[in-house]
Amino acid sequence: MTGNASKPLLEVEGLSVRFPTRTRVVEAVRNISFSVGREKVGIVGESGSGKTMTGRAVLGLIRPPGIVEARKMEFDGIDLRSLSERQYREIRGNRIAMVMQDPKFSLNPVMTVGRQIAEAYRVHTKASPSEARRRTLEMLEAVRIRDPERVYGAYPHEVSGGMGQRIMIAMMLIPDPDLLIADEPTSALDVTVQMQVLAIVDDLVSRRGMGLMFISHDLNLVASFCDRVVIMYAGQIVETCRASELHAAKHPYTRGLLASLPRVDQPVERLSTLTRQEAWKTEPGVDARVL
Amino acid sequence: MRASSEIALQQAALAIEHLDVRFGKGDEMVHAVRDVSFAVDRGESFGLVGESGSGKSTVLRAIAGLATDWTGRIAVEGQNLGPKRTAAFYETVQMVFQDPYGSLHPRHTVDRTLGEPGRIHGVADLDTRIVDLLRDVGLGPEFRFRYPHQLSGGQRQRVAIARALMLEPKILLLDEPTSALDVSVQAEILNLLQRLKREHGLTYVLVSHDLAVIAHMCDRLAVMNAGRVVEEMTVDQLRRSEPSHRYTQQLLKASLGYDRAAVDALETFD
Repeated sequence: MTGNASKPLLEVEGLSVRFPTRTRVVEAVRNISFSVGREKVGIVGESGSGKTMTGRAVLGLIRPPGIVEARKMEFDGIDLRSLSERQYREIRGNRIAMVMQDPKFSLNPVMTVGRQIAEAYRVHTKASPSEARRRTLEMLEAVRIRDPERVYGAYPHEVSGGMGQRIMIAMMLIPDPDLLIADEPTSALDVTVQMQVLAIVDDLVSRRGMGLMFISHDLNLVASFCDRVVIMYAGQIVETCRASELHAAKHPYTRGLLASLPRVDQPVERLSTLTRQEAWKTEPGVDARVL
Repeated sequence: MRASSEIALQQAALAIEHLDVRFGKGDEMVHAVRDVSFAVDRGESFGLVGESGSGKSTVLRAIAGLATDWTGRIAVEGQNLGPKRTAAFYETVQMVFQDPYGSLHPRHTVDRTLGEPGRIHGVADLDTRIVDLLRDVGLGPEFRFRYPHQLSGGQRQRVAIARALMLEPKILLLDEPTSALDVSVQAEILNLLQRLKREHGLTYVLVSHDLAVIAHMCDRLAVMNAGRVVEEMTVDQLRRSEPSHRYTQQLLKASLGYDRAAVDALETFD
């Protein structure tokens, strides 16, 4: 692990993502600034809020005609804006990894699980096949797969959703990345499996000092899992706070979202609904950098 | 358990006794639902909660006639159901599915989607009925000739609910009706379902993986795991954190949020 511990791992200033269409320009992300240190940062918002596009922009995965602009996008001293496609590949998967929502669509269906993970490892490390196999089995064990030898030889359709997601996490973590971007990594999983997968990621953050950008629509989960929360609405950051203080959020959008959640411990006759105000789109966003 | 009393069964809107549902044959056979019994009173909301593969949706599909290989007893308004569903059944029981993106025909307008059950069952004055239904689910008449791709997820689910109400059913089977929606939209749809239930005197059977949604909507619930009902209780008991089965306790705890210490204590139930 390199870099100065007091500086954030990732610093983004004034990031915008736009998609021109025939009739207008869709502004998916509008001038946002945030940072991620060796901590768990939750990016929360509803569908269309720009949270996924933010993660993809950091990874350099927005393709033309999409336009990415930023005043600053720096990862561990590297200016991400100026990287060539080849240079980005050196970083992507190796130093910044991403776990997607659904393992079914992220794993190669015609390659065994073990070969896929070992391949991911060898691409980044030039390790020998036997070394890659050994590391893969170790990694499968680290994500609490009980029978790593069997799972190594299994095809993706032969494993459950929860195990598939653990396999994805193993594959993403094997090169020992500094930053993990997890886009709704557990929303397709049962709640108990979800907790187990989160515990694995949690331990890795605290043990390896990894940074985590946790993209989610689930406010309760983010409040209980992350250190810091960034709330996005219509491509902007409308609020940011310590996760433990989310219940005391001030922005009417955040408050509205929290109030619309049914709760087991707090019965209500009628759920409050969110009245979206035009002003939220035009008011200046919040800077979510901690420097 | 109310099912023990035959009188209660006759009065129930829906009674399930010793339901078993299987898929496939021989070595490939999956025994998805095992000996499930429960009864739902008229005007009640009954919740089925469980994780994926617990059989909760299969119970609904067996009632609706979509899973055909079942044994046991399913009675609607005191009438036992046979293997085939009749037209009269669909005038009493209707279903709303999880994914409003998948349950509406992409090339049918809202008008055609709502009109179809009406035409099949010979509903009188269909034109007025469609406009009334749209208003009932909070959509203006301008939505009538739109296609699903011109609607948001919440609007689509409103259309699916309107379609289910076309035949003025008494019982709605709701299979994860809000799990594909954002939380603010979920609140709107749950409020809509509560209002419709009051106005039309409906009985609900709601399947969800979300204990908070079940607690908000229902009076009683059954917790399912691996095809069986592990526990049946009232929502009040759930709110007082009184589930007696360890599986339910674990589900309740996990649904309250992430707790690193609690994860190591998780058990597997098969």
